[in-house]
Amino acid sequence: MVQRSARLDVSFAALADATRRGVLEQLVRADASITDLADKFRMTLTGMKKHVGVLEQAGLVTTAKVGRVRTCRLGLRRLEEEVIWIESYRQLWDARFDELDGVVEELKRKERVDGRSKK
Amino acid sequence: MVAARNSQPSPMKNRTSVERKSERELVVSRIVNAPPRIVFEAWTRAELFQRWWVPKSFGLKLLSCELDVRVGGGYRLVFPAAPEPMAFHGRYLEVVPPSRLVWTNEEAGDNGQVTTVTFEERADRTLVVMHDLYPSKEALDLGSGSTDGLDETFKQLDELLAGLGADDADSVAARSS
Repeated sequence: MVQRSARLDVSFAALADATRRGVLEQLVRADASITDLADKFRMTLTGMKKHVGVLEQAGLVTTAKVGRVRTCRLGLRRLEEEVIWIESYRQLWDARFDELDGVVEELKRKERVDGRSKK
Repeated sequence: MVAARNSQPSPMKNRTSVERKSERELVVSRIVNAPPRIVFEAWTRAELFQRWWVPKSFGLKLLSCELDVRVGGGYRLVFPAAPEPMAFHGRYLEVVPPSRLVWTNEEAGDNGQVTTVTFEERADRTLVVMHDLYPSKEALDLGSGSTDGLDETFKQLDELLAGLGADDADSVAARSS
């Protein structure tokens, strides 16, 4: 759990930056080298390396060096895992509130029948 | 879980939002279609509380649920678990009918969060906000296993995923670079 949560922080931090989100969008279309990405986003190679490093650490991107070129591609599995986990917590509360809706409807009906005796 | 929920008629479905407000805070909120006095009742009477706190879709029933809702009073929820039942317990720090409840969560010792629930009247309905404040970031990470963020970042993540999930080339191409 601790690990998951820490990873989530890393993912959020990774996604908090517009360039990094742009890089992910770019990688949806096709794998790209760091040089390609630097060109595309009009950045220095060093700047792009940093961004890719953050994404890589968050498990959102994987890189592989072939010859002198480092190619980046999406590392999606982990992202999906985390989204499922986040959504499951929301669903827990959603389910609770749905049940609560049922309980309060019943109380409202009872109150009407009792002629608002509770007021 | 979805099937279980759908099998129940729900007159009006409101949106549940979950937000990690800070490193130590988790906030859940939702509008409930009843005035605060009724919602408060459902949160403070044990026989009502246990009916919704553990949704049917969980497939388990509380072994016991005791709520002594007054300042300094305790509560204890016991879940069936292996090898032995698991108890969630704490004390009420504030009880202000029908607008506010504050309680401690002591099953995790010093790592337990303080839960504040407020019930705000919204034109005959109630905005319920449940705020968990943990003693530290680590405690939140440890305790919840359910840390969450439906905050701005998550919305962005959501959008991003919607985009990533779009397999067909057209929709990807449509989002111009």
